[in-house]
Order: sequence, then C-alpha cells, then structure tokens
Amino acid sequence: MAAKKLNIKDKYRLLTRDLDWEYSYSDRKEAFPYEDFEGIKITDWSKWEDPFRLTMDTYWKYQAEKEKKLYAIFDAFAQNNAHMNVSDPRYVNALKIFLTGVSPLEYQAYQGFAHTGRQFGGVGARVACQMQAIDELRHVQTQIHAMSHFNKFFDGFQEYSHMHDRVWYLSVPKSFFNDARAAGPFEFMIAIGFSFEYVLTNLLFVPFMSGAAHNGDMATVTFGFSAQSDEARHMTLGLEVIKFLLEQHEDNVPIVQKWIDKWFWRGSRLLTIVSMMMDYMLPNKVMSWKEAWEVYFEEAGGALFKDLARYGIKMPKYADVIEKEKEHISHQAWWTFYTHGHAAGFHTWIPTDEELDWLSEKYPETFDKYYRPRWELAKEMEAKGERFYTKALPQLCTTCQIPMLFTEMDDPTQTAYRDSVYNGERYHFCSDGCKDIFDDEPEKFVQSWLPVHQIFQGNCGGPDVGDVLSDFYHMNLGADNMDMKGSPDDLRWKQWKGVA
Amino acid sequence: MSKVYIALQDNDESRYIVEAIEEDNPDVTVIHMPAMIRIENEGRLSIRRETVEEKMGRDWDVQELHINLITLGGNVEEDDDELSLHWNE
Amino acid sequence: MSIEIKTATLEPVRNTFAHIERRFGDKPATRYQEATYDVQSEKYFHYRPLWQPEMELNDPRRTALVMEDWYAFKDPRQFYYGAYVQQRAKMQEVAESNYSFFEKRDLKRLLGDDLQKNVIRYLIPLRHFEHTANLNNMYGSSQGYGTAITQALLYDGMDRLGIAQYLSRIGLILDGNSGDALGEAKAYWMNDEIWQGMRALCEETTVTKDWFELLVAQDLVLDGLVYDLVFNQYDTWLADNGGQDISMLTEFMQLWNKDNTRWVDAVMKVAVAESAENKALLEGWVTNWKAKAVAALTPLAEEMLDAEAMDKAVAALDKRLTKAGLFK
Repeated sequence: MAAKKLNIKDKYRLLTRDLDWEYSYSDRKEAFPYEDFEGIKITDWSKWEDPFRLTMDTYWKYQAEKEKKLYAIFDAFAQNNAHMNVSDPRYVNALKIFLTGVSPLEYQAYQGFAHTGRQFGGVGARVACQMQAIDELRHVQTQIHAMSHFNKFFDGFQEYSHMHDRVWYLSVPKSFFNDARAAGPFEFMIAIGFSFEYVLTNLLFVPFMSGAAHNGDMATVTFGFSAQSDEARHMTLGLEVIKFLLEQHEDNVPIVQKWIDKWFWRGSRLLTIVSMMMDYMLPNKVMSWKEAWEVYFEEAGGALFKDLARYGIKMPKYADVIEKEKEHISHQAWWTFYTHGHAAGFHTWIPTDEELDWLSEKYPETFDKYYRPRWELAKEMEAKGERFYTKALPQLCTTCQIPMLFTEMDDPTQTAYRDSVYNGERYHFCSDGCKDIFDDEPEKFVQSWLPVHQIFQGNCGGPDVGDVLSDFYHMNLGADNMDMKGSPDDLRWKQWKGVA
Repeated sequence: MSKVYIALQDNDESRYIVEAIEEDNPDVTVIHMPAMIRIENEGRLSIRRETVEEKMGRDWDVQELHINLITLGGNVEEDDDELSLHWNE
Repeated sequence: MSIEIKTATLEPVRNTFAHIERRFGDKPATRYQEATYDVQSEKYFHYRPLWQPEMELNDPRRTALVMEDWYAFKDPRQFYYGAYVQQRAKMQEVAESNYSFFEKRDLKRLLGDDLQKNVIRYLIPLRHFEHTANLNNMYGSSQGYGTAITQALLYDGMDRLGIAQYLSRIGLILDGNSGDALGEAKAYWMNDEIWQGMRALCEETTVTKDWFELLVAQDLVLDGLVYDLVFNQYDTWLADNGGQDISMLTEFMQLWNKDNTRWVDAVMKVAVAESAENKALLEGWVTNWKAKAVAALTPLAEEMLDAEAMDKAVAALDKRLTKAGLFK
C-alpha cells in the first residue's frame, strides 16, 4: 500500500500539535499558571493557526545554511580588514548604539519568548514562540560576532554589556523590554510579537540595514538581513497572536486595544534613537527617517489596522501626534546627544554643510525653521574653539526614560512637560502618551530605575559626573565620548588612510 | 485597497524568485534598493513554487523562500505550492 | 624600488570585549566566549515581573542551588547558536537520508505485524515524553541564570521537539501517513497501565518549580534511564528480533544522547564541585527523582524488555553519578 501524501499543514499537525495531552495526575493549571491573570479569555487553544510550519529538521537545515553564509562573510570581513571600507568613520558610531542599545534587547526577546514558549497552554503557540526564542538568541550572538571586529579597531564597543545595564540613555531600550517581560504572557506577545516585531523592527532592520550596505558595511548588512529572514516568521506569529486573541473572545478586544495603545506609543518613543541614526549617523543616505516612517509605519501599519478593523480594533491612540513627530524627533534627539556628547558612549558631531542641505531638503516644513539655526550657531561656537556641552543632567520621563527633549507638536519651540501625582509623589513625563501609560499602571512605573535619579541619590558613585561615567559606566573618558573631531577613532582612521 | 509587500535580499536566487513573482503577478511594482529588492502589489501577491522551479530549473521548496526573505506585509498563507500575501478589507 | 607594507598601522586596539578580557585575559577570544559570557543582563532591573513579584526579571534565586559564578557552566561542546545549528544540520542530513532510504525501500514490509505493534506500543508513545522534555528544558532556559547554562537548555529543548517530531515520523511511516499509529500510541500513553507511571511523572515534572531540580530530574535522571532503556537496550532487542532497520530511524536519538550526555555530565560535575551544600542538594534531588523514575519505569521496562533491564539502566546512571562526584 502506497503511503498517502500529506500536505504541509496536515503533516505539521500530526508531527507537532498532538504531542500534548489532558492531564490526569497533576493540576494542569499549576503547570501553566500565568494564563488567567491578565483577563484574557482563551476558550480553545486548538483554534490556533500555525503561522508557519517549520519542523525542527527543516529549521536546522535552513538556519545552518544561513549561518554558514553569514560567518563566511564575517571571516572575510575580518581577514580583509573591511572596516576600512566603511564610507566614513562617523558611521561606526551608529553601530556602537546598536551593540549597546539593541543587541541586548535581542537577548531579552529570547528570554521573553522562552517564557511564553513554556507558559502558553497551547502547543502550537508554544512551539512558535520557542522558535522565535532561539532565533532571538541567534540575533544577539550574530550581532556580537559582527561587532567583534569593529571592537578591535574602534572605541565604545568594549563595555556594551556593562553599559547596557547602567548608562542613562540605554535605560530607554532596556526598560522597554523589561516592561514587556515583566508583563503577563499575552501582553508580552502584543508588545513584542505584534507591535514591535510586526511594525516597528522593520524601521530598524530594513532601511537602516540598507543604509549599512550603502555605507560599505558588509558585515552589518549581512547580519541585519539574515536576522530579518527570521523576522518574517516572527511577523506572521505577531499577526496570528492578535487575530487569535480577538477571535477567542469579544472581551479580549478592549484589553488588546489598550495594549496596542500602550506599546505603539512606547515603541515610537524607543525608535527616536533609530530616527537619529538614520538622519544623522549614516553618511551616505538611503532615505530620511520621515520617509521610512511613511513607508513602514503609515503605509504598512495603516494597511494592518484596516485589516484589523473587522475585529473592532482602531489605530493606536495618539497616532495623530505620532504622525506630526516624524518631522521633529530625529533633530531633537541628535541635538540632545550633541549637547550631552561628553556623557555619551559614542561620538557626536555637527552635520556637514552638505548634510545640513540634505536635511533641509528632506524636512522642508521644519528643518530650516527650527533646527538649522541651532547647527549654524554650534558651527560658529566650534570655530571659536568653544564646542558646546551642557553642564546639566537631563530630567527623564518616568515612563519612556528619555530626557525631556520632545516639544509640543503644535509648538515646536515649547518643550512638553506632563506630570502625575501618585501616593504623594510627583512624577514627570514627556508626553500625554507616557503619562497615560503611567496613570494606568502607576505601581509598575514607580519602580523605574531612572539613571539620573540614581546618580543624584548617590547610587552610581561620584561625586562628579566624570566619576560616574568612568567608574560606574566604565566609559573610557576622552576615547569613548566627546566629539568625533580629534577623537582617537578619528585620528586612527586618518592614520590608516594616510591622511594624518 | 492596501498594498502587500515582500522584500528579498539582492542575490542570484532572489532574481529568479522576482522573475517568477513578476510573471504570476503582472501588476507588481519592483523597487531596487541597496542590497534589497522590494516588491509590492495592491491587495494580493503570490509566489508560486511551479513558476520559481521553472525559472531556476530545479526543485524548489516554498520554505526555501525564508533564506532570502527580509520582510513582508500582509496576511500570510503558505502551503506546498505557494506562499501568498493578502489584506482582508 | 622599495615597497613599504604598513601592517603596523592596522594593529587592533584591543583583542576582545572588556568583560571577556576580565575573564580570560587580553587575547583574541573564541566565538563561543564572546557569544556566551556576561551577555545576560545582571543588574538594575526596572520592574518586578507581575507574574512573580518576589523575584527580579533575571534572578539567581529561582533555584536553591547556589553558584559563585553561573558562567562556570561552560558547555564542553561550546555551542553558540551557529555552532549548534550547523552540528544539528549535519545530523539531520544523515537522518533525512536514513528516513528516505527506509521509506523508498519500503523497509516497513520487513517488519512483521507484531513487531510493528511492538514499536507502536513501546517507542512511539515516547514522543509525549520528549514533549515534556521540551517543556522542562524551556522552563530552565527561561527561569535559569547565566547564558552559559540557559542557552544549552534552550538547545536541549529544541532538540527534544525535533526528536518528538522524528518519533512521530516513525509512526507515520508505520501507518502510511494516516496518523492511526500516532493515535494508537497516544491511547497507550493515556490509558495503558505500563505507561501511567511515566505519564504521571511527566505531569509532575511540569509542576516542579525549581529549575535546577527540574534539570536534574529531566536531563540527568529521566533521560539517563529512558535513553538507556529505549535507545540502547530496546534497540538491541529490536536488532535481535528482526527490527534492526528501526535503528536507522533512531540513530539521530542515539547520537544526540551521546552529545547531550557530555553536556549534562559536565554541568553536574561543576555544580557538585562548587560546594558541599550543592552536593547535598543534588544528592537529595537525584535520590528523590531516581526513586520515582524507577518506580514509574519498572512496569514498562519489564514488559518491553525483561526483569533485569531496569537494573541495567540504573547501573549505567549510577556510574555517571559517581563520575560527576555524587554519592562519594
């Protein structure tokens, strides 16, 4: 008798979905204890549609093929000293932000998906999360390996792990993922699986990586796109999760909407740093932050929310504010880092005249009016030998932990401040979005480990800021921080290129 | 109607896949960017195994697409014969 | 004409990351080292988990075992993701060719009906055991501390999903892709007396809270006994009774077990050597879970093999325990 041919769907179901069973001897609730407390109602896990149907043997096979290609390129990159091929040494500073700020998030994503991959009661959902967990571990490790060569030739990479746990601006990405992991398993999936993976990571991994290619960085574009090839699977998981929750019970709709509102806001705040990498740190330009935002958030996200409208899901709250912000945030962020360049673990600089013109062209509504004059002034000061650094430590938003650098979107000359009082204490926020998030879960956000508060409380050494930077952050002062001009990175580059 | 899209790494295998997509979806827009190729279409787009096999001149498993895939947008349906993207509106 | 090669100007500024240098000195590091050591965040977490507010997000107190340095658990295989998937891809390539050979030559027809029934009753239900091992290793990976051990637990967890799928494929080969053999095997798992001890124990492991205790229960004790009984002793029995071709389909599991045992034994050795407290703790866990596992597996071992089989499996495990420094 010839065996009947199985299609991929039936085969996957038989191989995987039937592995679990109804417990008779122990309490199944105790084995999967975290499914109820968020108020999400799951009536039937068997309705889960597998977002992709990769069995482990196929997974090993394809992933090994990807890894083989990737490491061949890393080896060639190192052997040929291909860091010499990047367009401009300023570019490397974007990679420092990547390794200190983003790669540790991949690690937290691994941990978060390992948790949901153990805790969900449905085997189909668990297995999909587990595959994402191991993919995320792949991403952090390939990123470390890609940066390993840059670390040998440039400053600012060497303490990425130590810095991620401590440095003021790195608490922005760290707290974002801590927030998601500290939440219940379903909120984690909406936060990371859906909001972050489906819409927001594209903005980092697609246009920025294309930018890496355009700036001669073969190692980064290769790990970036190789990671994205897993991301496509993660995106389908993110979409499946939200559809599944919305279809399981109508009571889930308002809970999911609240999470979408929270996580799109938090995500757009987090991406401020990517906006600055795109607009200011890629010497060869691919597209502006605003253009990337329009393609990957407004167009792709818009299509997604139209698709979800049939469940009663609406565009995230404050989408109108977010739309206005695309004109401003990259400029406000780079200016903040420029003026705090002594306290950053990477170099900052004034854009060249050519770059200023490009920004004027890409941001005709805002750049000349609000931001170019600052740079013209900075140029004058620098020419007089008075490169500007601010003395003050910034006040941080209790929710997103970004310094209060954002303005009112209807009046870009006015810095936005909001506050709330909880248990007799006053807490400060950068926006209505961040204030709402706090007001909804104050007992969670009062715990925030705000780096500037911690410095003032004496928990980060001292007494001077310089002591904090060198002893507590492990920054190599005079090498890792300050302006690009005259930095050891800059001098070495000129020496290598024979233009010193 | 919203656009669905797919982006592939710019390499030799992808060129055959793009050719196959163009043949099966005559209205697609193909955009070349540094190191990547983005393909978009109104409402729907499919990548069919048979057409890719014809272009490559060898057997091709739909799941092999993942090796060169960078990103996509739309609801995914995947079986032995094709991977398709669509929006429900 | 003279040619000047300016190699000196391209000397690296440093050899590796600072935390790697602190551990291993100022020299070029291996990919395993850079991908593993001190990658996990250790301090200054922002919020306590809503689902476990008494702990930090990453917290070494999720087990009673105490380590001065959780990165002492070096994986002797030095698996980081890339090394891991490439190693498994090689194994799956061999497995794939074995499975296709078996199917193409229709080797099933050489197994009598009785032997096929035997395999469905004794081998295929193990897919549910493997599924439990998947859950338990994921548990350790998500609750554990330090990348050195949590990544290895993750690889183990994914391996077990793969093995569960291979076992399912054996079922599908036997039933001509109808799924009937898988259904029958599941019915044994759910109702057959000889499997109930095992099923109850599997369920019990999934409600066990201490992740290192669970590692001991699953990866050392249960795997140690089950793999010896099934992939060693039962494999020999099959070979002696006309079922040697089945070995082609379980070669992956045998190779995998050899590889994984190397890691598990190294973990135990390090944990035992750390302190007398750890040793006592581990001995308590081993004693407890071994007693339960022997009681659960004895009816199966007797029917599947014979009255001595269980003792042989226990002897093999005891040898490993002694080598790890336990009970001496």
